[in-house]
Amino acid sequence: MTRRVAITGIGTVSSLGTNCAQFWNSLRSGVTGIKPLTGYTPGTFKFANGAQADAFDPVAALGGKEASYLDRFAQMGLVAAREAVADAGIIWTDELREQSVIVTGTSLGGKYSEDEGYFNLYSEKHSRFNPMSIPKAMMNALTSRISIEFGMIGPAWTVSTACSSSNHAIGQAFEQVRNGSAELALAGGSDAPFTQGVMRAWEALRVISPTTCRPFSKDRDGLILGEAAGILVLEPLDAAQARGARIYCELAGFGMSSDAHHITQPSSSGAARAMRAALKSAGLGREQVGYINAHGTGTLANDTTETAAIHDVFGDHAKRLAVSSTKSAHGHTLGAAGAIEAAAAALAMHHGVLPATLNFTVPGGGCDLDYIPNEARAATVEAALSNSFAFGGLNAVLAFRRV
Amino acid sequence: MSDPAAPNSTTAGRVIAVIAKTQHIAPEALTIDSTFEELKIDSLDGINIVFAIEEEFSIEIPDEQAKQIRTVRDVVDGVDKLLAAKASA
Repeated sequence: MTRRVAITGIGTVSSLGTNCAQFWNSLRSGVTGIKPLTGYTPGTFKFANGAQADAFDPVAALGGKEASYLDRFAQMGLVAAREAVADAGIIWTDELREQSVIVTGTSLGGKYSEDEGYFNLYSEKHSRFNPMSIPKAMMNALTSRISIEFGMIGPAWTVSTACSSSNHAIGQAFEQVRNGSAELALAGGSDAPFTQGVMRAWEALRVISPTTCRPFSKDRDGLILGEAAGILVLEPLDAAQARGARIYCELAGFGMSSDAHHITQPSSSGAARAMRAALKSAGLGREQVGYINAHGTGTLANDTTETAAIHDVFGDHAKRLAVSSTKSAHGHTLGAAGAIEAAAAALAMHHGVLPATLNFTVPGGGCDLDYIPNEARAATVEAALSNSFAFGGLNAVLAFRRV
Repeated sequence: MSDPAAPNSTTAGRVIAVIAKTQHIAPEALTIDSTFEELKIDSLDGINIVFAIEEEFSIEIPDEQAKQIRTVRDVVDGVDKLLAAKASA
């Protein structure tokens, strides 16, 4: 059984706002969520900026008790899931609750709870842990909480593949709906990296920009960390059409690969294999693709490697398609990146506006594509890809088709 | 007769304040005779309350004792016993 799959609901929480409307309005108007870090004294880190979801107030959104039982990644994810479900206008039945799947991705899980516990243990010599440490920190906390929220009793799980986590999650959920195993999926991911421990660990890798995120520019100097959650609602296209649902676009294909190369350095052949696999899965010819939401981290290594991979896959057509990295607006949100970038790609196709690569100066060496510099562009595209390439060489690419 | 729900320095007052704070419910909604069941306090909530009570009174509540708690009064009585044992130690 092979069915077409529609995206009918989107929820996001990010530095661009606490809902999807704010997220999209920021992307189309070129507003950035990258700002001086809050919560830390300037000079604490070698980098000064981040893409924090400052407007997100977990107690206001969830109530005090609920907020105290969830780590930040799950707080944001639950709010995004509620928005996505409301956006899709799902009509719940007992049957649908049983035939649904939930797949979320996270690279970090509940690091705030871990940080607090280990600070008390190692620094304060306080041996008592908060009893919520395990349920708050566990990677599957968001999936479980979404299941409880909507009474979804079908298969539900969590994947963790660093920066590809939510593309892998959405791709697995897509396969379940496409092959007839599920009639509905909630899929996406969430990450909240602004704990001192996580930030120190990223600082040590020397990949964080001391300035801002300038993907594909000559003067790019690293990535900017971001926190976000994104959840998509997937359902069979014919069922969505039959109930008159608003359809953003078709989620048409999913491709994966592993570099088998290096624990941090990317490989263009691995990236190219994942893009080819996504096109094949979607039954798309390369000339049909008009837009790629790039992984585009703004690191020296990623952006040239990804550009080379796009040339490899698309040949002459590479020069005719548009590529942008919305990480220039919402930062690198790690395990949430695939989810909010899939949201950006779906919204771009739905509204006929391609979001820009912000902070673009002059093209970097080996970066010779149309990166939609600095201003969003009105364009109707037939199909799009969204790339996620993780540390450790695990690649996941989603393909979208206009409906 | 003093109101047992009033936030005061008695064991009962302090226990009620801790339960109200951890469960995000109004202290006025609690009395010494409130049961955890009627307060919709489940086993995980109970573990959180025990943790917060230990912090509040600088005591350690044994697992067996923690499992027996069903009412606000159970907590107050248990705390008083542990405080008395601590004072005589």
